Amino acid sequence: MNVSRRGFLKISGAVMAVSGLGISLKPIAAHAQPLKIKYAKETTTVCPYCSVGCSIIVSVRDGKVINTEGDPDSPINKGSLCSKGGSIYQMAVNENRLDKPLYRAPFASQWKEVEWEWALDKIAKNVKKSRDASFKKTNDKGEVVNRTEGIASVGSAALDLEECFTYQKFLRGLGLVYIEHQARI
Amino acid sequence: MTNPWNDFKNSDVILIMGSNPASNHPISFKWIQEAIDKRGAKLICVDPRFTQSAAKAHLYAPLRSGTDIAFLGGMIKYILEKNLIQHEYVLTYTNASFLVNPALKMPGQNKGVFSGLTDGKYEKDTWAYQTGADGVIKKDKTLTDPNCVFQLLKKHYSRYTPELVSRITGTPKEKLLEVYKIYGSTGRPDKAGVELYAMGWTQHTVGVQNIRTMCIIQLLLGNMGIAGGGVAAMRGESNVQGSTDHGLLFHIWPGYLGAPTASLKTLKDFNEKRTPTTKEKDSLNWWKNTPKYSASFLRSMYGENLTIEDAYQIMPKLDDGANYSWLMIFDQMYKNKFTGFFAWGMNPACSGAHSNKTRQAMTKLDWMVNVNLFDNETGSFWRGPGMDPAKIKTEVFMLPCASSIEKEGSIANSSRLMQWRYKAVSPVGLSKPDGDIMSELYFKVRELYAKQGGPGKEAITKLTWPYGKKVGHEFHYDPRTVAKEINGYFLENKRLENPTKKGEFKEFKKGDLVPTFAWLQADGSTSSGCWVYCGSVGEKGNLAMRRGTKDTSGIGLYSEWAWSWPVNRRIIYNGASVDLNGKPWDPSRAVIKWDGEKWTGDVPDGVGNPGSGRPPFIMKPDGVASLYGPGLVDGPFPEHYEPLECPVEKNIMSPQKNNPVIKRFDASGVGSDLDVYSGVASCDPRFPFICSTYRVSEHWQTGVLTRWCPWLAEMQPGMFVELSQELAKERGIAGGDKCIVKSARGEVEATAIVTPRFKPFNIDGNTIHEVGIPWHYGWITTADRKYQPNDKKPEVNTFGDAANLLTSTIGDANTMIPETKAFMVNVVKKGVK
Repeated sequence: MNVSRRGFLKISGAVMAVSGLGISLKPIAAHAQPLKIKYAKETTTVCPYCSVGCSIIVSVRDGKVINTEGDPDSPINKGSLCSKGGSIYQMAVNENRLDKPLYRAPFASQWKEVEWEWALDKIAKNVKKSRDASFKKTNDKGEVVNRTEGIASVGSAALDLEECFTYQKFLRGLGLVYIEHQARI
Repeated sequence: MTNPWNDFKNSDVILIMGSNPASNHPISFKWIQEAIDKRGAKLICVDPRFTQSAAKAHLYAPLRSGTDIAFLGGMIKYILEKNLIQHEYVLTYTNASFLVNPALKMPGQNKGVFSGLTDGKYEKDTWAYQTGADGVIKKDKTLTDPNCVFQLLKKHYSRYTPELVSRITGTPKEKLLEVYKIYGSTGRPDKAGVELYAMGWTQHTVGVQNIRTMCIIQLLLGNMGIAGGGVAAMRGESNVQGSTDHGLLFHIWPGYLGAPTASLKTLKDFNEKRTPTTKEKDSLNWWKNTPKYSASFLRSMYGENLTIEDAYQIMPKLDDGANYSWLMIFDQMYKNKFTGFFAWGMNPACSGAHSNKTRQAMTKLDWMVNVNLFDNETGSFWRGPGMDPAKIKTEVFMLPCASSIEKEGSIANSSRLMQWRYKAVSPVGLSKPDGDIMSELYFKVRELYAKQGGPGKEAITKLTWPYGKKVGHEFHYDPRTVAKEINGYFLENKRLENPTKKGEFKEFKKGDLVPTFAWLQADGSTSSGCWVYCGSVGEKGNLAMRRGTKDTSGIGLYSEWAWSWPVNRRIIYNGASVDLNGKPWDPSRAVIKWDGEKWTGDVPDGVGNPGSGRPPFIMKPDGVASLYGPGLVDGPFPEHYEPLECPVEKNIMSPQKNNPVIKRFDASGVGSDLDVYSGVASCDPRFPFICSTYRVSEHWQTGVLTRWCPWLAEMQPGMFVELSQELAKERGIAGGDKCIVKSARGEVEATAIVTPRFKPFNIDGNTIHEVGIPWHYGWITTADRKYQPNDKKPEVNTFGDAANLLTSTIGDANTMIPETKAFMVNVVKKGVK
């Protein structure tokens, strides 16, 4: 059954009206709960929002996220989640996610969908051009600085630890010194 | 954070000040509530606004934004006067007894500033300690010498009387005293108090000193290192602790090694200048190991492709004294200094202070790369409000990345806990994990340099990158291998003496993982991408993946759930939770305990065997915690200064109105035409109200993710301005009215929320209003902007643009974090002049 959220609210409203007649919902709840994630594969994750680090169980069936809920084993959240943590289902199941690289040419008024290969080639050439034009072997005092002054980077606390290490490696390898991110704001 | 989140349950008094965890770290309240319910803990909330956290508190005290040091300085005076300190702790574990240069002048006798101020910068000679001929710091263990830190502290804060503090903060005097009394009660060895702060303390021109003031209080009360104690820096993002650990800031390499400056010409220079030394005979001075960490980091960059010296040479260097931080980036960008820019997993068009300047700055770039999950105000800046795409040269690449459940890897939460996340599903559409994107880009750049050459070519071509597999054109990044790289390897066979057990030797083979950072070497025989994470991956696998639910500590440390740096220690400074004989100050809440032969409980921090005399704050060269902190740029003790934009003519405390060493962007030759402030020299009637930015539970940061999630967008659909009933009446504004909030730099439209949660302040006899705005919004998800045929359209639109259109380019003196918690605005009903 493909029920939209608003449709679901209508249905649950109807259920509540029925339960108002004195019919216990308990057997229904007990039956419905295991069905929801039946045959689903479970993995754990940690909430991507604030820094508490709540653990979340993600249930996947046929390659699609069908449920996310608080992980009761976590000593941090013991199964609880806030409004944001409770919504991470919508981060994966969301028609508005960017799904292709986009390119905006100088002075253009529109995005254009492009191939990864094309985009990364062009970025790499830009990086080289900017770096070569702004690379300083020495500063005004003649001290060796080996730095690229024409490129800056901000990002990111949204990356994983491993990616953070890798990203700083990439940037410092390019010679950047203007390296900042969310921690400064 | 010094302690884990669930450790709040061990507290007797919880002070929420500079944060609003009920809204912004909601699950923290599970443990705060448990402390209240099970221990009978008292919850205090101090905030300009009666927040959701305040609603749960036993005691709420209002204070005007930007006056925290005055408030807490008054608490220091109260604690000292009533002698509520934990005397033995203060005497043995802090620098209270250290003697300072008698030439030091403090603000009370020196027009509001410390001695040594010239041209907006302090010369610190007079701040130094007195030393004997042997170089050892002179001390007075009776704490009576007028030049000892304890007496100086007393003298400095004697000026912070409740009457004066109340005139500055607007907090009623009886509320001040009530807070002081309750919090001061935790000075007993069997009581614990914790403080919870977030951006409410950092985003000020005195941000670091706000936090310092609280640290002084926690040390006086013996609250550092104990269960239920500490200072909780509640960070704003799931991995901002980790991204900072890994050096994604201009001034630090991974593991908090200061980035090298040009004057440090060789690795030897670097190690000599950056490795602290001490003459204090019992001090461990952990940072003496700096050369091991710098060498191991260089190995993680260049492996054995270069010697560690050559690797050091090739790494970029900062100019001595220069600042390359956030505000400088956008200032330089606005001045055409950059051709290229990466905004990776960020939305600076809304998140940075002074969004108008930030957005204009981007028009000066030749190219920009924006990596994100959703379209956002940064990637699409060229079609934002007031922009004419036909005039904007910037070439923009918007690259779609995988979300956190579409890849694997780990993140570190606020309490330094590294937890693994698994891949649940494949990335949406053609989006890719960030690690794949940065690797593919690196290989392309490397190929260009390998083929065509270029300046400093080897810095790129010699980097090691064994982080995955190439499959066709695609690179599959392997985070598990990178986690090992961060932990570190032995690069050659090595026989080493156990650093913690003399006489015991261990054999290591080339390729072995380094067991802990104590085994790292300065000679280039080990690598480690970030030394504080050394020990996270080993014989037992990647410890971030652990899910042990047993708690053997009795206080909720859960030492087998994931892994926390350093060395799985859950409460840092825990060496200070016991007396010099190894006995816990409070046996009912022991963090570590000596069982006669060894320590039990948490991984002990800094302690030798009981009776060794080793002071426990091993990251400080002298081994003790700093009541007196001469290392900061703006004073060894925190002093109250007004925010740069403020509603008062004068600083009631002293003739020095603002922090004397902040960098003002309106000074000649510094910033740009856009860097303007209001109400600095005197009050500006155009902008009479204090404004502060904050968050709501349903959104995160600039809303870059959450505005696109319909459940959340529907719950908090748009920009509002929260104001008091009194101000609303004065301005003829009703709840729900559309208003314009305006500062010297910009304006935003917002819906009025008229509320008793804000009350006018009585500041020295004057009525001062404060208003608040959330900072989650941006034009990209609004209904009234122009959508192109291929544009994604949000299921639920939001309303309003960024709060940072109003905020200013002024930063903290030490960190340059912008002062976005206190600035001046006007609020008028839309359509009313």
